[in-house]
Amino acid sequence: MEQHSIPNDRKLSGQVNSQNDGYENFVDHMIDGESQLSVLISGVHCAGCIQKIESTLTKEQDIKAARLNFSTKRLSISWTGNDSRANDFVKKIENLGYGVMPYSPDKEQEQTKEQSRFLLMCLGVSGFAMGNIMLLSIGLWTTSGDTMGVATRDFMHWISATIALPTILFAGRPFFRSALKALKSGHTNMDVPISLALILASTMSLYETISHGEHIYFDSAVMLMFFLLIGRYLDLKARGAAQASATDLLSTLVGFAQVLQENKTVRIPIRDIREGMIIRVASGEKFPVDGVVLNGQSSVDTSLVTGETVPRDIKDGDEIYAGTLNISAPVMIEAAKAAEDSLLADIVRLMEKATQGQAQYVRLADKAAGLYTPVVHSMALLAFLGWWLVGGIAVPDALMVSVTVLIITCPCALGLAVPVVQVLATGTLMKNGVLVKSGDALERLADIDTALMDKTGTLTIGKPILQEKYDAQNFQIAASLASQSLHPLSKALAKEYKGDLINIDHIQEIAGKGLKGSINGKTVCLGSRSWCGNENSPPSNEIELWLSVEGQTPTSFVFKDQLRKDSIETIKCMQNCGINIIMLSGDRETIVKTIAEECGIVDYYAQVTPPEKFKIMEQLKSEGHKILMIGDGLNDAPTLAGANISMAPGTAIDMAQNAADIIFMGDKFAPVYNTYKTAKLTQTLVKQNFTLAILYNIIAIPLALAGMVTPLIAAIAMSGSSLLVIGNSFRLKLKT
Amino acid sequence: MSVLIYLIPLALLLGFIGLAAFIWSLKSGQYDDLDGAARRILFDSDENPPDT
Repeated sequence: MEQHSIPNDRKLSGQVNSQNDGYENFVDHMIDGESQLSVLISGVHCAGCIQKIESTLTKEQDIKAARLNFSTKRLSISWTGNDSRANDFVKKIENLGYGVMPYSPDKEQEQTKEQSRFLLMCLGVSGFAMGNIMLLSIGLWTTSGDTMGVATRDFMHWISATIALPTILFAGRPFFRSALKALKSGHTNMDVPISLALILASTMSLYETISHGEHIYFDSAVMLMFFLLIGRYLDLKARGAAQASATDLLSTLVGFAQVLQENKTVRIPIRDIREGMIIRVASGEKFPVDGVVLNGQSSVDTSLVTGETVPRDIKDGDEIYAGTLNISAPVMIEAAKAAEDSLLADIVRLMEKATQGQAQYVRLADKAAGLYTPVVHSMALLAFLGWWLVGGIAVPDALMVSVTVLIITCPCALGLAVPVVQVLATGTLMKNGVLVKSGDALERLADIDTALMDKTGTLTIGKPILQEKYDAQNFQIAASLASQSLHPLSKALAKEYKGDLINIDHIQEIAGKGLKGSINGKTVCLGSRSWCGNENSPPSNEIELWLSVEGQTPTSFVFKDQLRKDSIETIKCMQNCGINIIMLSGDRETIVKTIAEECGIVDYYAQVTPPEKFKIMEQLKSEGHKILMIGDGLNDAPTLAGANISMAPGTAIDMAQNAADIIFMGDKFAPVYNTYKTAKLTQTLVKQNFTLAILYNIIAIPLALAGMVTPLIAAIAMSGSSLLVIGNSFRLKLKT
Repeated sequence: MSVLIYLIPLALLLGFIGLAAFIWSLKSGQYDDLDGAARRILFDSDENPPDT
């Protein structure tokens, strides 16, 4: 093939242009003729860093402004003049010792920012209103109309109304919108009763104000709204953090690549890479796109994509994936796809899709609200109409009965039924090292019937550990050699060795093979079986390193990734609860099979890619299974995000931790089972609470409808039911 | 009691000033970088940090 030919003199040592060009492609032009560049800066830790970067740039004549956002680590520079100045600025920052990466803002992030501003604005406005209305309310509640005079009271009522009504219309929008959306699609959520409560309270208060009434409830309505908005804002912030990590990951795809064009190496933005381009990847660099190795031998750390800890050796013709790390030597690759079609980009897209799909889960409390809202509100309306039209009493008295019904059925007990138990359960779990990230996580965990598990890092500890004992002298030589390398196996070997290291001369690392050196003139090698091992020894499935000392038979060092201590027991317990366990691993069949048999897992899939894992999960989901996914790598992230509920160990990569609903700490696997047990118990208690709340309503509503309860008694009875529910919830503490 | 005629509007005015200040700060992007401000305070003033 024509495009495969690489000019000899450029092979692997292709001359590289300056590291700082190419940024002119990222410059934006403002209306006033200014040029603007946004870049991500790495290595910013303190005030000094901000100042160093900003003052270095502002010293330049043509710079208009340079501002570093410390939270997002984004630097925006604007200047007048040539686009290519961008490269000079970047070089200046890099000379200060900071890393620079091009940044292209993405739409979704902008949306989140917009939303967070909107909520903050609503929060600010309702906070202002709440403070001012409270000021008036203190006066209103501490004295009566007799003391302050009806005119003064009306005056204060009117001022409260003037502040509260526009505030509720403005800052209540997040609730009204969500409620409207739910109603339009034919169901209800918790925002429906909240919106109704806001509207009812303000209309009733307005009516009271106009008719010189005694009590208004603007203060409670605005305060309710303020506290609910705080919750909404914090929730959005938490979700924003998860999104930020996804954007960070994609930033591996917004850097530059060394592309060979017409006998020259040019630095071009990764997003401009097209199929067939020839790219040089230095050791220590990430592969920018999926492709095929043309020239060179190296080992590749694929843990980002496959989750496996042991690096894979690559040679000519092998496939490599974007985002994996080239460890030992420079290689030439041919791009098989454009960057935005790479496997890594696919994973990120899958994750986004999966996260959006999750929004469809209806929480138990919302389900309850769906039943509760229409029943209660129509009952109150019926009470009013019944007493007024049929019973023939005056409108204010009929209204009073109706209000009593609303108060007595106030969703307090119902609203507390879920959160109290959940707060207690998450608190108990947290003490045991399990972090529950989303409110409904335990609810969803209690429903599962299938658990999917990753192998490396989830069932196992995830690090190769040296097995058995070895000859002391060989061990010493091997460890001394290994201490010079960053290869994971070398690191594992060097870590196990506790004695003194010896001095080895002429150490060199040979790409894809191993390490070579000499002791007292004798050559020593540490590396793969094919390079320095004993070819005649029986083949093994284990991960091994061979040591050969000139004039001696080579010896092997065997590594194994070990199961977590209690994995087997935990899996047995879960199977006893009727949960079907399936193992999904990117590892080789033989290894997966051994581990599966050891753990007593019947169903397993080996050598599955991240999209395949996702597909298996989707398939099971479509068959009606409720799925728990446990995993720790990027390759598990889409599946974690898409499963009904997901867990990740504390050692998992950030992406996986963000995608998971529950994170468990420590070396043990038992927290998985314990959390499941707690979730089950939580669900039982929640259901009991609902039963209590409903029982109470069944007794109280007829009395209120009959007009036999005054609002004061209703309020007391209501608190009683809340206390009962809270008391029941505390039984969780006794049982765990 | 007639003093309320002045005091309440005055209290409200103060509240409104606060609200206006909040809206201005939000619109001018002061909530975009909550961590940076805490560190910028450590700048030495004689080195003239850039204006926003």
